[in-house]
Amino acid sequence: MTLVPVEAEKKIDEIIARYPVRRSALLPVLWVVQRHVGYLPDEALAWVADKLGLTFMDVATTVSFYTMFTRRPLGRYHIQVCTNVSCLLGGCEEIEAHLKKKLGIGFGETTPDGRFTLSEVECIGACSWAPAMQINFDFHHHLTPEKVDRILDALP
Amino acid sequence: MEKPKVLSARFDLPDSHRLEVYRRTGGYRALEKALREMTPEDVIEEVKKSALRGRGGAGFSTGLKWSFVPKDSGKPTYVICNADESEPGTCKDRLIMEKDPHAMIEGILIAAYAIGAHLAFIYIRGEYWYLKEIVEGAVEEARAGGYVGANILGSGFDCDIIVHPGAGAYICGEETALMESLEGKRAYPRIKPPFPAVVGLYGCPTIINNVETLASVPPIILNGGDWFRRLGTEKSGGTRLFAVSGHVERPGVYELPMGYPMKAMIYEDCGGIRQGRCLKAVIPGGSSAPILTAEEAEACTLDFESLAALRSMLGSGAIIIMDETTDLVKVVYRIARFYAHESCGWCVPCREGTRWMVKILERLLSGRGRTRDLDLLYDLARNIFGTTHCPLGDAAAWAVYPAIEKFRADFEKYVTQPTVALTTVPAG
Repeated sequence: MTLVPVEAEKKIDEIIARYPVRRSALLPVLWVVQRHVGYLPDEALAWVADKLGLTFMDVATTVSFYTMFTRRPLGRYHIQVCTNVSCLLGGCEEIEAHLKKKLGIGFGETTPDGRFTLSEVECIGACSWAPAMQINFDFHHHLTPEKVDRILDALP
Repeated sequence: MEKPKVLSARFDLPDSHRLEVYRRTGGYRALEKALREMTPEDVIEEVKKSALRGRGGAGFSTGLKWSFVPKDSGKPTYVICNADESEPGTCKDRLIMEKDPHAMIEGILIAAYAIGAHLAFIYIRGEYWYLKEIVEGAVEEARAGGYVGANILGSGFDCDIIVHPGAGAYICGEETALMESLEGKRAYPRIKPPFPAVVGLYGCPTIINNVETLASVPPIILNGGDWFRRLGTEKSGGTRLFAVSGHVERPGVYELPMGYPMKAMIYEDCGGIRQGRCLKAVIPGGSSAPILTAEEAEACTLDFESLAALRSMLGSGAIIIMDETTDLVKVVYRIARFYAHESCGWCVPCREGTRWMVKILERLLSGRGRTRDLDLLYDLARNIFGTTHCPLGDAAAWAVYPAIEKFRADFEKYVTQPTVALTTVPAG
């Protein structure tokens, strides 16, 4: 099966070997698989279940608990806008409106070219530097509509 | 009042996350001292003396927590560092992991020595991926330096550290939910007792402490528990990182001694309320802490006792400041939505109650509210409080009913003057 490349599988085996209980490696292993496949389709869950000696349902019901695991493909850039209390006080509504207008999509949607997915997220731990968002794993703080434009326009 | 830098002393040094800088500035001397000169019991006694209380939210005595680990269970013991920082308003552990990860690692190793653990975990929320990489780098540096792994500093003590990523779930900050997550499952909190010190990870005795709590341990061991306690108050020792957000001129993370006046923090350290406006309210300990009026906030001090006396809490040390222009109904609604989203769904009062609170607040915000909705919302919150499986339900209730008690006019406005209502309410 070519779902998970040999190199990634090697890394996964290393991760599993560290833990005293095999199932503990489930979240880290899912992360590696999601990074390589882009998301977690049924085949990926089955592969992980097989690897860890779990059932498909063990894996699927765990995956569904965690918001950062995605069962559907996302855009190349996943823009995650925090709208929780500190960002609300810092003016995230303006950032949200600007992003929706600029990209022409709402929360939970992906642009037709597959470049951007826009999501609303709960507190990302950037409260003292609000309003904030993450693009994939990168943090962007002290946002203004102009700063958002600059950040998005500079993406390769 | 003096403002000693204990936790943030290295934050401004170049390459402060590197082992070399850490060692040059006194790093790993506390571990060496503990391993060579102290018994595990001595370490626990020193931490008890320091009046160090958990920086994650609950504020429980760290030394006491460590002393609950049974010595003769015949099972392995574990240390977990809770780096799942997710409480809205809180962004201070992020700085420790980014700027001074070795302080946390040294604290973990000392804790492991104190309770006889040979394996420790650092559970980092998935959103903090860049920190996971920094922390993993620091663990590898520490391993190469002989501080992590077998026979640490030739003492015969072994301890390994695994850095473990979360994947987006606020409830994982609750200690037993975190353990379920670390075991590779849905993060449903466990019933307590038994407490983790007796039955924790894999059913074994486990100590779980917040990042900042553990980073406070090396200076305690090095300078003594009495020194640390005297930095703060008798019952809340030491300094603390306060994450200030909202309507001040200079939001940021400030290290201040416990017992520091909130008024001085707002008006001196943070430059006062933005644009010369007036203070309206403060949420003092992350979104879970009951709201304070301006008068209460300006009169209190930053320690566990002072806020407990106001029937609020210092929680995670996240101070959310709101000026006179703030619409508190909107703030409460946003926080209520957060708890409804993050409820794990395991128990009924939390799963149903948090969603009902959101619906009532939506009704108010959309101008369809009735006067009796205020009482309904209040009673609902009171009925969630104390009836749930874990503290998430209490937190959700605390975010709502004290706001109605203290700022009822803000809520009534939406019933009596429907024109103030939003025309559209964002989708939950």
